[in-house]
Amino acid sequence: MIEYRNVGKTFPDGTCAVGDFSLTLPSRSTTVLVGSSGCGKTTLLRMVNRMVDPSSGQVLIDDEDIAGVDRVKLRRRIGYVMQHAGLLPHRTVVDNVGTVLRLNGVGKHDARERALAMLSVVGLDPTIADRYPSQLSGGQQQRVGVARGLVTDPNILLMDEPFGAVDPIVREELQKELLRLQRELGKTIVFVTHDIDEAFLLGDQVVILRTGGEIAQVGTPADIIAHPADDFVRSFIGLDKGRRELRIEERDGVQVVVDASGRAAGVLKP
Amino acid sequence: MTWVSDNLDLLRELFLRHAWISALSTLIGFAVAVPIGWYAHRHPRLRGISVALVGVLYTIPSLALFVLLPGILGTGILSTVNVIVALSTYAAAVMVRTAVDAFDSVSPPVLDAATASGFSSSQRTLRVELPLAGPVLLAGVRVVSVSTVSMLSVASLIGVANLGSLFTDGFRRDIVDEIVAGIAAIVLLAIVLDVLIVLAGRLLMPWSRVVVGANR
Repeated sequence: MIEYRNVGKTFPDGTCAVGDFSLTLPSRSTTVLVGSSGCGKTTLLRMVNRMVDPSSGQVLIDDEDIAGVDRVKLRRRIGYVMQHAGLLPHRTVVDNVGTVLRLNGVGKHDARERALAMLSVVGLDPTIADRYPSQLSGGQQQRVGVARGLVTDPNILLMDEPFGAVDPIVREELQKELLRLQRELGKTIVFVTHDIDEAFLLGDQVVILRTGGEIAQVGTPADIIAHPADDFVRSFIGLDKGRRELRIEERDGVQVVVDASGRAAGVLKP
Repeated sequence: MTWVSDNLDLLRELFLRHAWISALSTLIGFAVAVPIGWYAHRHPRLRGISVALVGVLYTIPSLALFVLLPGILGTGILSTVNVIVALSTYAAAVMVRTAVDAFDSVSPPVLDAATASGFSSSQRTLRVELPLAGPVLLAGVRVVSVSTVSMLSVASLIGVANLGSLFTDGFRRDIVDEIVAGIAAIVLLAIVLDVLIVLAGRLLMPWSRVVVGANR
């Protein structure tokens, strides 16, 4: 369980990224922080592994205030996946995945075995293990990034717009893959995105943020769609443009789902 | 070319001397410049000053430095140490700028990812920053190696033997073959060192030569 208690962050140049943020992220579920750029979502994410330290308030992992935890040790037990994968260009794929294991003191042979096993878990062919990241496609690199984040079997996985830089088809593939992994592994995932569809797809709990890390609404995707808290949320999730306001029309005895502009979105199955 | 065949032993001896003095000076210069360059890269305010300072060092005429150093270091006027210190200084002066550029060239997201993965700051510097700065550093070492080989020949004027001694001796005694042999040997040495540096780079940085996008 991750808990933010009255967290604030003002950067040295005076910009206030987060005002006063409190939230509990339940274990073994995915919480998605979603908002436009400048809403402080990445800042909040990076507080969990102390890449950013809050100026006020506390962040707790399993009731322990992480301000007192050595940051390097903390990071080694938390998986981190970022946009553009952030792989080390001078290490092979398998070494990239095994790098945190090596930092944790796992032997060379062991680290390689575990890294190879993790590559197949994320759906990569072991033949790419000895290539360099620049020889992979964007989607493959991102999978390697996920494998690196999971290889130590951390309880917590932080994902900072991990699928933001890949094309839509690959993104969809990766999203499905993440859902499958999460069903199998049950990690506590904190996922940051600006894409509300991605948030609704992946999140057990979705947190919609305004600027300054102010929570506009927290809830399950269904809660938020059914009861948007205000106009900001309504507009952010696309209710105001009618994209999510669907109605049923009868066409030749078949119930067709139609959006607000009259476009057919699908059929209703009994 | 009878001069060459009559003096093969001398040629070989001077070639080896020239080789180790210039290689050692290049190495020392590199070892001094990399930490300075890294520090300047980390502290933008110091960058301008340090790059300017080492630039000034480079403007000191080499002959003047060769002559001045014994007084500063307390070494003998004919000591090879003077030459090594002078050449290392020049090598470092050129390399500092390259080293700053080399560390600047490392992609910040990669460093960020390394930090997030749990590299401590010293591990990050040695295992991520330094190797990734490698290709630019290597390019710098190649330039410095060649310039050091050629600059060393000036030291023959103050009596420290090297391939340049073949010029001074050849001029004094009017032996054209000796001068030509000296030039050829210096060019050969510069090429040999360059090839060695490039090979070392390939060995140490196999990743820098992979064809980007080969699998796309």
